[in-house]
Parts: sequence; C-alpha cells; structure tokens
Amino acid sequence: MRALILAETRNGGIAPAVLNTVTAAAALADEVHVVVASADGKAAAQAASQVTGVHKVLVAEAPHYAHALAENLAALVVELATDYDYILAPADTYGKNILPRAAALLDVALIADICDIASADTFVRPIYAGNALATVQSSDTTKLLTVRATAFEAAAGEGGSAEILSIEAMPEFPGSRFVSEEFTRSERPELTAARIVVSGGRGLRSKEEFAQLDGLADCLNAAIGASRAAVDAGFVPNDYQVGQTGKIVAPDLYIAIGISGAIQHLAGMIDSKVIVAINKDEEAPIFEVADYGIVGDLFKILPELEAALDKLEQ
Amino acid sequence: MKILVGVKRVIDYEVKIRVKTDETGVETSNVKMSMNPFDEIAVEEAIRLKEAGGADEIIVVSMGEAKCQETLRTALAMGADRAIHVTTDAELQPLAVAKGFAALAKREDVNLVLLGKQAIDDDNNQSAQMLAGLLHWPQGTFASKLEFGEGKLTIIREVDGGSETLELDLPAVVSVDLRLNEPRYPTLPNIMRAKKKSLEALSPEDLSIDIAPRLKVIKVTAPPKRKAGIKLETAAELVDRLHNEAKVI
Ligand SMILES: Cc1cc2nc3c(=O)[nH]c(=O)nc-3n(C[C@H](O)[C@H](O)[C@H](O)COP(=O)(O)OP(=O)(O)OC[C@H]3O[C@@H](n4cnc5c(N)ncnc54)[C@H](O)[C@@H]3O)c2cc1C
Ligand SMILES: Nc1ncnc2c1ncn2[C@@H]1O[C@H](COP(=O)(O)O)[C@@H](O)[C@H]1O
Repeated sequence: MRALILAETRNGGIAPAVLNTVTAAAALADEVHVVVASADGKAAAQAASQVTGVHKVLVAEAPHYAHALAENLAALVVELATDYDYILAPADTYGKNILPRAAALLDVALIADICDIASADTFVRPIYAGNALATVQSSDTTKLLTVRATAFEAAAGEGGSAEILSIEAMPEFPGSRFVSEEFTRSERPELTAARIVVSGGRGLRSKEEFAQLDGLADCLNAAIGASRAAVDAGFVPNDYQVGQTGKIVAPDLYIAIGISGAIQHLAGMIDSKVIVAINKDEEAPIFEVADYGIVGDLFKILPELEAALDKLEQ
Repeated sequence: MKILVGVKRVIDYEVKIRVKTDETGVETSNVKMSMNPFDEIAVEEAIRLKEAGGADEIIVVSMGEAKCQETLRTALAMGADRAIHVTTDAELQPLAVAKGFAALAKREDVNLVLLGKQAIDDDNNQSAQMLAGLLHWPQGTFASKLEFGEGKLTIIREVDGGSETLELDLPAVVSVDLRLNEPRYPTLPNIMRAKKKSLEALSPEDLSIDIAPRLKVIKVTAPPKRKAGIKLETAAELVDRLHNEAKVI
C-alpha cells in the first residue's frame, strides 16, 4: 500500500500537523510519500525528507504554488493520485480547502477529520461537534482522508533520509488570484501544537481586559486561545478560536477562563489531558469536564494565579 | 446576477444530541430541527447583496426528506425569491450534494453559489469545495467578507494563520464562515408572503445525478465521557495540584 501526504510549507519548513499525518499514513501504508508544492520548496522538502517514516518526497515548484490555492493544488493531487491507495492531509484550513476539491475531481468520497483507523478501509470520525463518533467504511480504490492531528502522535521530525524527487507542476488555474494575507504574528507557541493553552471567553469583557491573559501565558509559556464569543466581540483575531468550527487542540493543560463551556467550544478542547476552569458561575457546563475548577471572579483570581506561579518558579 | 444558496435541515445547534442505542445513528424523532446556522449566514449574504442592487434572483436549495420544505420556507421568509427541493429519503453524502448543486447551477445558469462552511450535524466541511471542483469554478472557502466587482469577487477568508484575501472570477463557489454577517429573523408578514413563493420539487433522477453513498456507516457511538473533577478554593491550591498531582507544570 502506498500513501501520499500533501504537506503545507510553513516558515521554510513543513506545518507541524504533517508529522501527525505521517503517523496515520504509516498505519495504513508501508510506503509513505510526501508532496510539497511551493514557489520555493527546497527547504520544506529537506525538512520532510528527515521525518521518520517518510520514504520519498516529491517537490513541485512553480510561482503559482506560492499561496497554496486549492484550484492549483487539487489539480496536482489528481495528477498524482493514480499511484496511491491513500492520499492524506491534516484536517486544518489547508487540507480542508484542497482535498475535497481533489476528491470530487476523482469522483471519490473524502473522509473528513479521521480520529482513528479501524482497518485499511474503515475509519472513525467525530460528528455533531464530537458528541458522536461515526465509523465509516470506504469502497473507493483511492481513499482521500483529512486527519485530526490531535488524535495521532507526531512522527519524529528527524532521523529519516527520504529521497527527494522533483516533479512537474501543473498549469495555473486562471480564475483565482491571491491578493494578500494578514497573518497574526506571535512569539508564543502555535495554538494547535502548544503544551499549555490559556483560553479566554466573553467573561474577559473587552480587548484590553483580555490582554490580562498575557501575563499568565508568559508564566506558563502557553499559547492563547479563545471562545467564539470572544472572537466575535473583537477581543482577539479569528485564528484564536477553539471549537467545532475553530481549531482543535489537545494540550497537556487547557485553562478556560470566563468560558461557559458550550458544546461547540468543548468540541475543540475536550481531548486535553488536564482541563482547568475559572468561572464565577458554579453551574457553568465547563465544570462538568474540568479536572480542576475555581468558582470566582476571574479578575481577582488571575493575579493570584500569576503570583502563585511566580512563587513556584522560585 | 443569479445566486444559488444551499440550506440544510439539521438538528438545532442547542439540542444535546443522543446516540441511538442500536448504534445506527443519532436520535432525530421529537428533536428540534433548524436551518444549518452557516446556511442562515449564506442566505443573509445573498439577500444583502440583492438589497444593495447586486443580485437579481436568489434561489434556495435543500436536498433531503419532505420536511426540508419547512427549512426552505424559512429561507423564503428571510427574503429568497424561490426554492428548489431535491426530494429523497436516501442518505446524502457531500459528493452527492455537490452533484445536485452542480446540476442545478447549470440548469439555472447562476453566477454564484453560496454554501455554508460546514453542516453542524456531520461536520464534513466539503460540499462547497467538491462543487467548485465538479464545475471547475474558482472556490472561496471560509469567507468572512465578500465584495463584488465587474465579473469578479474579492473574498477575505479565515485561515489557521489569520486571514487571506483572494480575487475570484465569476462564476464561483463560496463557503461562508460565522463572521460574515448576522442573519435576520423572518418577520410575520414575510412568513405569510413566503407561503406564496414558488417551491419546486425535483427528484435526483430529474437531475440525472448519482446520489449513492460512497461511505457505509458501520456504527455511530457515543464518545467516552469525561468526569467532572474537583473544585478548589484558591489559586495557590490550583498551582500546587497542577504541579504535584497532575504534574503538568
Ligand atoms: C454554528 C455554531 C458554531 C460555533 N462554533 C464555536 C466554536 O468553534 N467555538 C466556540 O467557542 N464557540 C462556538 N460557538 C458558540 C457557542 O455556542 C457559544 O456561544 C460560545 O462558545 C460562548 O462563548 P463564551 O463561553 O466565551 O461566552 P458565554 O457563554 O457568554 O460565557 C461567558 C462565561 O464567562 C463567565 N464570566 C463572566 N464574567 C466572569 C468573571 N468576572 N469571572 C469569572 N467568570 C465570568 C460567565 O459565568 C459565563 O459562563 C458556535 C455556535 C454556533 C451556532
Ligand atoms: N442536504 C443538503 N441540502 C442543502 N444544502 C446542503 C446539504 N448538505 C450540505 N449542504 C450545503 O453544504 C454546506 C456544507 O456542508 P458539509 O460539506 O456537509 O459540511 C452546508 O452548509 C450547506 O450549505
């Protein structure tokens, strides 16, 4: 069996979720290939070739691969598909944008967001914001999958020495053009890869007050996340949103502050190892899933928490 | 400009769903059903565009059982012009949905298809991308802002790193995200008016599409449940527990 992973290039390397996708691919196939499509893919290909479990890296370089437009990348996936039994990508905004388009062009199903592999053709995926798990069986000869990164261990980023092969780019799709991007820059760990996440909700009240989470996140070297209500209210940018329709995280420690715990929010963080909730409402549903909770005013507890952490450090 | 908008009937987002004991699916009898929240946003966006003089006709489409007509009436009451119901009791998977919309996009010769980013029941997030692929049209997914120009569209998309702006030639397929707009509620007079608007029923055969499911659902189960932990009094106690008991800091 052969598997191909579509890998997003990022900061001259590959997106961290590709490592988790390699683990899923290795459970299905004895040969795992990675394709990197980029304007300048050499560094990313190099990074991919070092991942343990990767056997071959294909690099397609063209100016029109610079911004990963789905139209261009789906065409490339379709071109390569005949050689593979499985084609995978992380279930992030990159994979979710591209793979379904490729699946339709191949006239096959896309199995979205798999969190477990039952057998070579049977997969488990969350539905209803994770309140149910569907086990589905595919009869397509080429199976296209997006992978929930938090459900699979990350493969080691080094130790491999895969062969790197240049392949031809496909022609540019004429109807879509990249204009600009506005990326949130942060010195903090990436939300989906962080060991500790501090998340704030509507209870933080304003953009200025939400910034009070910075101190706590600094103490813990944590990423900052948010509920939809906090994003909608403009406290933080959209890429902070954790949940059914935002990012899926599963850190060692998730601290929910001023978040009620709606099912749509729980969908994004329920698999965290340890959950802490700080909320003034003792009936808030977040306490039903929290390992540790403090009922009280977050504006009073936050400084106390920082002080206690400072003390621990000394 | 003619716009096709997808509206799916789903279990209301506030309902706490229950998995059936025979593991065949989720309990849907006596459960509140609503329009998929993302589709309300899609309908709203189409109506705003029409109100601003940028669109001539809004056609809403739902595929599925007879009751989808209620959902279509809601969309008509919001302000859509007419509705098409693709009637079937069969299970519909995204590829089948995309084929239905592709056939209708051609039949109605539309310039734009607006779908939701994801249906909150199956959480597939793929019908729009599949449709764009089938039609070989540009795709703009996860839209938080749309601006229309002569034969083209500028879209701001929400992506993992922040946001991205693309320019797409029309016709195009767009999937809408939560922050695009806030949908209106239908008013009583508009609900009355909607009863007289055209609602056409078609079968999958009328559209010559193959809707056979590609994935067989083996079972649907409830996920393992997390247990509630303990309540603590002070921040110092919390830090102590996290350090000495949970060992995560
Ligand atoms: C289609 C759809 C998709 C959605 N997707 C997502 C998603 O991906 N992610 C997501 O998060 N939500 C999502 N939602 C929204 C979700 O349903 C909730 O509305 C949202 O999560 C609520 O955010 P919140 O907990 O911050 O706000 P609220 O529910 O308003 O809770 C605020 C909490 O703060 C507490 N609080 C207030 N002041 C203080 C104080 N001083 N000290 C301590 N506690 C205080 C309150 O007791 C309350 O529990 C979605 C909804 C829909 C319909
Ligand atoms: N049965 C359906 N009828 C109408 N529209 C649908 C249907 N299924 C999916 N859609 C549309 O496709 C979007 C994405 O759905 P999905 O890909 O299933 O998550 C939805 O928000 C709808 O706009």
